[in-house]
Amino acid sequence: MSVRKPLPRWADLILIPALNLTLAFLVSGLVVLIIGESPLEAVQILLFGAFGYGEGLGYTLHFATNFVFAGLAFSIASHAGQFNIGAEGQAYIAGLGAILVALFLDQTHWLIVMPLAMLAAGALGGFWGFVPGYLAAKRGSHVVITTIMFNFIAASIMVYLLNNVLKEPSNMAPESASVVNAGKMPQLREFWDFFGFAPVNVMLFVAIAALIFTYILLWRTELGYKIRTLGKNPDAAHYAGISNSAIVMISMTIAGAMAAMIALNEVLGVQNRLVLDFVFGYGFVGIAVGLMGRNHPIGIALAAILFGALYQGGQELAFMMPAVTREMIVVIQALVILFTGAMEGLFRGPLETIFGLIEFSKNSDAETEKDQHKDSKE
Amino acid sequence: MEFFNSSIFMLDSSIRLTVPLLLACLAGLYSERAGIFDIGLEGKMLAGAFAAATVAALSGSALYGLMAGIGVSIIMSLIHGVASITFRGNQIISGVAINFLAAGLTTLLGQTWFRQGGRTPQLSGDARFTGIELPYAAELADVPIIGGIYSELLSGHNILVYVAFAAVPITYYVLFHTRFGLRLRASGENPKAVDTAGVNVNFMRFKAVIITGVLCGIAGAYLSTAQSAGFGNNMTAGKGFIALAALIFAKWMPIRALFATLLFGFLDALQIRLQGVELPMIGEVPVQLIQALPYVLTVILLAGFIGKAVGPKAGGIPYVKER
Amino acid sequence: MTENSPNIQQRPKTAAVGDVAIELVGINKHFGPVHANKDIDLKIRRGTVHGIVGENGAGKTTLMSILYGFYTADSGQILVDGKPVKINDSSHALELGIGMVHQHFMLVDNFTVLENVILGAEDSPLLKTSLAKARSVLAQLATDYELEVDPDALIEDLSVGGQQRVEILKALYRGAQTLILDEPTGVLTPSEADHLFKVLETLRAQGKTIILITHKLREIMAITDDVSVMRQGAMVKTLITKNTDPAELAELMVGRRVLLRVEKGEANPGDVLLSVRDLEVKDDMGVLRVKGVDIDVRAGEIVGIAGVAGNGQSDLLEAVTGMRQASAGKIQIKGKDLRFSGDAGGALVRKLGLAHVPEDRQEAGLVIEFEQWENAILGYQDDDKYGQGVFLSIAAARAEANEHIKKYDIRPANNRLKTANFSGGNQQKIVLAREMSSNPDVLVIGQPTRGVDIGAIEFIHNQIIAMRDAGKAVLLVSVELDEIRSLSDRILVMFDGHIVGEADPATATESELGLLMAGIEDQSATKPENNKERTK
Repeated sequence: MSVRKPLPRWADLILIPALNLTLAFLVSGLVVLIIGESPLEAVQILLFGAFGYGEGLGYTLHFATNFVFAGLAFSIASHAGQFNIGAEGQAYIAGLGAILVALFLDQTHWLIVMPLAMLAAGALGGFWGFVPGYLAAKRGSHVVITTIMFNFIAASIMVYLLNNVLKEPSNMAPESASVVNAGKMPQLREFWDFFGFAPVNVMLFVAIAALIFTYILLWRTELGYKIRTLGKNPDAAHYAGISNSAIVMISMTIAGAMAAMIALNEVLGVQNRLVLDFVFGYGFVGIAVGLMGRNHPIGIALAAILFGALYQGGQELAFMMPAVTREMIVVIQALVILFTGAMEGLFRGPLETIFGLIEFSKNSDAETEKDQHKDSKE
Repeated sequence: MEFFNSSIFMLDSSIRLTVPLLLACLAGLYSERAGIFDIGLEGKMLAGAFAAATVAALSGSALYGLMAGIGVSIIMSLIHGVASITFRGNQIISGVAINFLAAGLTTLLGQTWFRQGGRTPQLSGDARFTGIELPYAAELADVPIIGGIYSELLSGHNILVYVAFAAVPITYYVLFHTRFGLRLRASGENPKAVDTAGVNVNFMRFKAVIITGVLCGIAGAYLSTAQSAGFGNNMTAGKGFIALAALIFAKWMPIRALFATLLFGFLDALQIRLQGVELPMIGEVPVQLIQALPYVLTVILLAGFIGKAVGPKAGGIPYVKER
Repeated sequence: MTENSPNIQQRPKTAAVGDVAIELVGINKHFGPVHANKDIDLKIRRGTVHGIVGENGAGKTTLMSILYGFYTADSGQILVDGKPVKINDSSHALELGIGMVHQHFMLVDNFTVLENVILGAEDSPLLKTSLAKARSVLAQLATDYELEVDPDALIEDLSVGGQQRVEILKALYRGAQTLILDEPTGVLTPSEADHLFKVLETLRAQGKTIILITHKLREIMAITDDVSVMRQGAMVKTLITKNTDPAELAELMVGRRVLLRVEKGEANPGDVLLSVRDLEVKDDMGVLRVKGVDIDVRAGEIVGIAGVAGNGQSDLLEAVTGMRQASAGKIQIKGKDLRFSGDAGGALVRKLGLAHVPEDRQEAGLVIEFEQWENAILGYQDDDKYGQGVFLSIAAARAEANEHIKKYDIRPANNRLKTANFSGGNQQKIVLAREMSSNPDVLVIGQPTRGVDIGAIEFIHNQIIAMRDAGKAVLLVSVELDEIRSLSDRILVMFDGHIVGEADPATATESELGLLMAGIEDQSATKPENNKERTK
């Protein structure tokens, strides 16, 4: 007889991700060993670099801001049953909206620039999510393939625009003009020099707001209920009178708009101009963040901080241990995706058996007790 | 004649650019026909390229390099297999992980071993695959038309180019005329039918995934030890995804895969050729437009605006044998 | 890997008809908490047709899947030709000469017949010789057993009957001496079923052993030599068919359980609330499944639709409930036309006052990952009751859920429990509670008690009657004839997309209904006379 049982909620939500994450880090440690450095020392440097001092923490939070948006872009679509791996392209194309608004309104006030830049970026990023959503809902295209293709199409468009349209005649590099005044997002260091030179800026609060917004959207609104119903059981959604195609398009649009916020954080928060490849893979990290965070805002916040720390600590590490290059972070990221995402079932089977056995022995204990009780009665 | 020569030149460079796409495309074909989606072609090619260049540099033998490239690519394939077949994980997620793993590890190890910013040492001599002159190529070179086609276009490529093109009819034959091919295709269409016929579905899928590894390894070795003289960071530059696009474009058929990758290879050659060139009447053609064309075409095709691409029915779904 | 060469005379000829070909001893199988097979013993005589009957869920398919190596038994033994064997895999079963035709065909749709036949039984690494050989063997089998199929046709282009013939050919090509057929007539038209029975008789005449799983007693009486009855996972009895009769078998199938008779008073039909005229419905494949149907359901009556599964009932249900677009005809709910575009139908029918309990609760009626309270509002998420504007009132939804739990005795009484963790009967109650509580005027119910334990069945039946007595119009579709007979005020029988007759449940006998369900003009195939002729 099979003793496997569904896992208790806490094991499902905490134990399994923790075990998978531990495994990912153990394998990462192995890689560090292979390239001839001490994993323990590396961890120390990494942790100190990420959290040990103000500027490090500032960078960690800055990266985490990107990862929150990217993670939400993946997760919101995921809740609707769509696999959005297009956050990269959605953020990239959104950079255009952000910079154009900022350049145009550079002489006003950031309180004017910010909402309008968010709107413009969100509209473009949202559109870049909407089209794959539309094609999936109405034409039956595979969202995964379409979003991959859209990443490349976005890259081509941006290279073209930066080289041929946005480039200043006086400038050799393919980049737009810079914003100098109101177009820049206010940096937290301006209020709190604790953060040193770290570019953490007002978008951090937007990220926190986005997390709360997502929670409310998914679990406290009718739309969220519909999104979750569709993602978990499309037939039930159809039965419940929920328009599958509308929900797919809406959720992909929201996802794209979430990814678009990366553009504000990077373009108007760090670079102050539009440059090539400013998204820098943040969109892809969102897949890891979403998976690790179990598509829940709290999980996404924690995972985003983890990856923010990895990115910042990793840079510190590359500086202190030249053998460990920045790509170490990419490796860790890959292992996290592999173990928490694709090999999620690695520990599940054994754990179900263990929990089943515990339950089983408890039950049989209880039964023998009962039997004994009966015996003594007789 | 001028036009003819430049056309031959264009086609020749198209062929060179087609080879890695074709190999990767056929690689994906085996895997997806067996029901395993693979968006990790890029990563496997990259890992293969790195391993091939590394071993070729250390041993001085392109052949050893090739074997190493294939070996490493198979290992990546097996990771994908274990995740998506054994543990029934999500095949897309696993593919994404493979791509990151390859991108990170190749640069990291390259830097650790060679300290050249992730590049491997320059290869020369036997450490590279060099062109093979077909018989009488020199003699026929001056014959009009035929000479151009035979000596320029067909002759003078390295062995991997011929391997790639030979892989097309071989794949066709294997898929549609052998027991292995029949079972492989059935595994991607209706795995339960395969199981009840007494064939182990997961084992079939593993075999398919290993072939995918072999072909991606060859594609990688071609990039780093034949087309270039060494490995460079992220040298696949999205070729794995173009191959994926070509696979959809080819509707998972081997002969069509040849034409799809030739088309995409030609577009790549054209794009290189047109860079900075002012055409009469049109002016400078934005090369990005041509670069984006394979992706745009794939999106249009997938959306069913020109024909309809429907993949293997059981693609992406792990096979769960009830017990 | 072992190749099974198609060798039709594989078995020793010395084995005589009537010997025990297959014996099962003490077979046990659990699926989680469900004990699907309890200590089963069974002997199958060579060269006979052996029927296995039982209600849905009695464990017939599980037992045969164990014999075919698709499941592994927890304990017990299998003997083939008197020798104990271990069958871990379908390939072992095939080696031992056991083939199975599954209820859902195991065919690759875009392969040809030949390719499907040789799959897994190819002679050599190259297909050419296997295909040629299969072509000639198939031609031979076609003449021997009247199993004619175009070997080069694609499976997707064949009729259901044709596909079933391919499945039988697959088994025979592999040298099957014993053929298991799982509910083979469930999906067939009467003439196809007729043909199948002829084929089976020929097979028996040639010495093959056939195991026929079915829940239709007429089929058992018509063709089998022996019959074994299963009930709730246990083997009740094995009988010689000619020494028994349908009444005895039926009693054995249902056990000492009193036939379901629900206490209900006279119906007081009022106005027509649901009206269907000239309705035609096509399925996903574009096949016409409902071919011009008229139905009226009045307030305060239960109209039951009886029929063998697959005769268009599901498609009718889907059209009436707005889940599928009708291709022609008219549906009116309380006098208002049901017209919608895209996937707006589900919302529209609810607005018009129709509630719907779908045939398959796990497929459509529930999101099993949701907590119970979330499922308590499925389909009604836009109601003002659960929050105005964009927000969802969780408090209101949970209050509603608690209401359902109390009124419908859903256990465990915990609205935060994941729906998957409720038993089948309680899951069904979650759906029923939601739909009945929405206070509809029309209630459409598909398979109200499928996979539901006996205690819950009675409760559910009483609730349905209560709805009728409250003046609702109830349309009921069920494959359980008993259920239809005991609940309905009027019975409509559906066959091949048509309503072929109406019956009064008080006076209609089971055999009358059975004849209607089999399609009136085609009784010859299953008439007992046929049987007598053979057993002479």
